[in-house]
Amino acid sequence: MDREALWSSLGLDLEAHAALLEALGPLYQEVYLSQENRPRGMAYFDAVVADIHGARVAELLQIREAGRPVVGTFCVFVPEEIVWAAGGACVGLCAGVEVATERVEEVLPRNLCPLIKAFFGFKLARLCPYMEVCHFLVGETTCDGKKKAYEIFEAYKPIYVMQVPHRKDEESLKLWIAEVERFLRYMEEFTGESISAEALREAIELINRRRRALKRLNELRRFDPPPISGRDVLLIHQLSFFDDPERFTRKLEELCAELEERVSAGEGVCPAGTPRVVISGCPMAIPNWKVAHLVESSGAVIVGEESCVGTRYTRELVRVSENSKEGLLRALAERYFRIDCAIFTPNPERPAHLKEMVRDLSAAGVIHYALKFCDPYTIEAYRIEKDSAVPVLKIETDYSLEDREQLRTRIEAFLEVLR
Amino acid sequence: MRVAGLDIGSRTVKLVILNGSEVCEKRCLETSARLAEQLTDLLSGLRFDRLIATGYGRGLARELFGAETLTEIKAHALGVRHLFPEVRTILDIGGQDSKAMVLAPDGRVLRFEMNDRCAAGTGRFLEVMAQVLGISLEELSEMALSADQAARISALCTVFAEGEVVGLIGRGEAPERIARGIISSIVKRSLGLLRRVSPSTPLVFTGGVACNRAVVRLLEEELGFQILLPEDPRITGALGAALYGASSLGSGPGKGTEEGLAG
Repeated sequence: MDREALWSSLGLDLEAHAALLEALGPLYQEVYLSQENRPRGMAYFDAVVADIHGARVAELLQIREAGRPVVGTFCVFVPEEIVWAAGGACVGLCAGVEVATERVEEVLPRNLCPLIKAFFGFKLARLCPYMEVCHFLVGETTCDGKKKAYEIFEAYKPIYVMQVPHRKDEESLKLWIAEVERFLRYMEEFTGESISAEALREAIELINRRRRALKRLNELRRFDPPPISGRDVLLIHQLSFFDDPERFTRKLEELCAELEERVSAGEGVCPAGTPRVVISGCPMAIPNWKVAHLVESSGAVIVGEESCVGTRYTRELVRVSENSKEGLLRALAERYFRIDCAIFTPNPERPAHLKEMVRDLSAAGVIHYALKFCDPYTIEAYRIEKDSAVPVLKIETDYSLEDREQLRTRIEAFLEVLR
Repeated sequence: MRVAGLDIGSRTVKLVILNGSEVCEKRCLETSARLAEQLTDLLSGLRFDRLIATGYGRGLARELFGAETLTEIKAHALGVRHLFPEVRTILDIGGQDSKAMVLAPDGRVLRFEMNDRCAAGTGRFLEVMAQVLGISLEELSEMALSADQAARISALCTVFAEGEVVGLIGRGEAPERIARGIISSIVKRSLGLLRRVSPSTPLVFTGGVACNRAVVRLLEEELGFQILLPEDPRITGALGAALYGASSLGSGPGKGTEEGLAG
């Protein structure tokens, strides 16, 4: 099927959609293709971006047409393994660009997290083929903004909401295990078929393999010079949410093999001794490359992302100890319960994890990245700064480019402090 | 060797030319909307061997003249430390931003904070308020100093504060008290910025707003110690840029260090 026909069949606003894709090209050129010393293995990921709303959407449509479920998510709390185990496909929806703001603000308040506004905008303006190809979406009660927005969003797209607890005690874990079981039953009812222990186990292994490959990539950044830029790793993390997991993992393993060769040859993406920083905070959904690009074009290299689009997604694997369906489900629920998101109170794990990262990656500084109006992360920034052994620069921003020069000044000055 | 330091701010453009260690040229003009033309005119009649730019417009100077660039933070740190070798804290309030920074005894910037993307608590705030009162910036300062007490202005946003001032005028509040309230408001905001960096003394105050005697006086009262002021508080950024150029000669673009300036 040609692309226009594909998008048209999904009900996209073709004209506005073409304009969106047209804007992506020059941005990608500036942020990505103009980089020097890129690994050859990035060619695959460049090709995925070049056809960002094409090939993968067509694959998902095929899955849907074969009668298997296609499910969209917004958050790393949704146990995607259950979707794969049900024979379906899971796609992490992008919400990293400002779209149709005026229309969104007819429905939602102006002072709201840009990520929530973006997913609303994509739907209201009919611009996201991934959202359209999904049978339904799975939301989660992480922050207030999202949980209240889902109540309204339901009118535009079917959405199933999981209740995520906000404390890490036994009672909360029980609640969460029950929620994971409830979601499993929902998927079973949706397909009309029971999910076998074997299918669940296979799905757990599939996603564990993807997380392991991402971990391998991130570990290679410990070297000085790192073999790959932070921007490229951010992109890989972003693409992990919607690419086919088998193919993605294979391509990423190939890239890692190349990077290992680079490391043993002492080659890097920048000169040794380049100031190393870790980004910590809110997710950067595709194509939100603003801060990563500013940091790396100001003479530093990003060696880690303490973020949902980063190590918050890869840190924990599902630890399977028993093969019964109940045992697998429990292991799955426990894995998700270990996520150190700022919605938890208290959340001492996050500053501790960040400290470990800073040490293991020999980072000289941390840039705390918070989306505007994101209460959990903007507030937790205080604790992050207080507990940090290295200087912290706190940034609060949205998807607009109007503050780029102010941010550049702050980032450059921060790097001068680190040198 | 003559080195030019250019500080392209949102409200004014400052230029300093150093001949060796001596300042031989000093300019300060209002930033025009045709910035590229203005900069070209400014530089065309002047003689220098090297150009270093800082401030929001530094990227433009790099494009137009191949200038090397550094941030305002580092430029102010270098410029102020040259004038006051003992300085430990710098408060800089310019046309549209404000910043506070703490220096180590060796001159390195240890911490800094900058205001957000609005003009609250900056020179622009004072300009707008003086305009609402129909007076000059000098008059604003004098009136504030002569007031027996300050009118309360609670809004931090320039636009909302303007509405508040209009309201005070409408209620017949004495212009002196309003002026004092305006100055108090900017002082409170600056104190907030300073506290975030845990300041230590001596503290040097720079930028256009440091020319305002009322701001200096009220700030000193709140801080409880004396503030140091450069002879011309507006040009420390440009001076720092020029010093940076003079110190990093021969070490290639962007590779300069402040070591050559120490002491």
